Amino acid sequence: MTQAEQERRFQEKIDREIKIEPNDWMPDEYRQTLVRQISQHAHSEIVGMLPEGNWITRAPNLRRKAVLLAKVQDEAGHGLYLYSAVETLGTSREQTIDDLHTGKAKYSSIFNYPALTWADIGTIGWLVDGAAIMNQVALCRTSYGPYARAMVKICKEESFHQRQGYESLIKLCSGTPQQKAMAQDAMNRFWWPALMMFGPSDAESTHSDQSIKWKIKRFTNDELRQSFVDATVAQAEILGLTIPDPNLKWNEARGHYDFSEINWDEFWQVVKGNGPCNKERLAARIKAKEDGAWVRDAATAFAKKRAMKKSA
Amino acid sequence: MSTNEWPLWEVFIRSKQGLNHKHVGSLRAPDATLALENARDVYTRRSEGISIWVVESAQIHATDIDEAASFFEPSDTKIYRHPTFYEVPDGVKHM
Ligand SMILES: [Fe+2]
Ligand SMILES: [Fe+2]
Repeated sequence: MTQAEQERRFQEKIDREIKIEPNDWMPDEYRQTLVRQISQHAHSEIVGMLPEGNWITRAPNLRRKAVLLAKVQDEAGHGLYLYSAVETLGTSREQTIDDLHTGKAKYSSIFNYPALTWADIGTIGWLVDGAAIMNQVALCRTSYGPYARAMVKICKEESFHQRQGYESLIKLCSGTPQQKAMAQDAMNRFWWPALMMFGPSDAESTHSDQSIKWKIKRFTNDELRQSFVDATVAQAEILGLTIPDPNLKWNEARGHYDFSEINWDEFWQVVKGNGPCNKERLAARIKAKEDGAWVRDAATAFAKKRAMKKSA
Repeated sequence: MSTNEWPLWEVFIRSKQGLNHKHVGSLRAPDATLALENARDVYTRRSEGISIWVVESAQIHATDIDEAASFFEPSDTKIYRHPTFYEVPDGVKHM
């Protein structure tokens, strides 16, 4: 079969909503796009544990602590589902992880912002997991089978992440004026970075068209961002928090909220490694790998010893 | 030492008594014991299972995707294996 014929058949399958599985023929660029996107997604789950993990020992009570621990544990699981999905594309897991550590691979820029107060933890659950869910629900129908299956599993687990964050903010916002102010401050700092999570605007997004055609993505960055804003405004009202955007207002004609232009300079600065916590996050991941090496070595040695005993 | 030396394991979970074990995903682990423990931590955090199988991916033999059409052809052509192939008069019940 010629290359063109194979490509035509591939697109036909996609158009008929037939999922692509690991051993199926696929264009190189489809494979590369998936490796880039899924590994970036996996790294985000793993790096995303850092700002929250930092608060586990400082959670205000045992309930919040148990919940935060369970959430962070889930994120580790999400990372694993996604690393497994990348591996089905013929990449080595270790290489994928090393690509993060050398800075070759990216992760969501949101995790380069610090979690300064306890209100940040609630806000991360509400806005950051909320934005992630908006993205991930759409990806449950992505054309690559292993990615879609990982997303279905992740989405099932994610919904508590957002709810626990929102619940925590409800408590803060109905607490003392200081607690409410702390929640508003967290909102002020996380709103714009949360909107940036959907990536560059459609006009700037280099891979968007092809990804839509291949149904890797089902919606564009701007469409998902708009859905997120539309869904979040009423939630903020119930909390009694003000969204830090003077231009945010309902547009009857569009049937959507209008909002200000994102500060793309800041976005690109953070993507390029100059956010408040980029260096700290990468250093923490590298240290985790290095410090954990002896555990993996010991497990390998133990497995070998046991196998030897068995065969003896 | 790298985890690339650890084999890949496919994880199968029985969600409740009476159902099949079903493939849920994969993970890397140095041996079966750790593969089972990791599978528990990763795939059954919300009581999704009462029994787990792990099988080294290398031990799985699969049909060839490129030969699928001819491999499964014998069954595709035998439509008389389905009940709908047969015509039964309108009045016949319980069949
Ligand atoms: Fe997650
Ligand atoms: Fe989450």
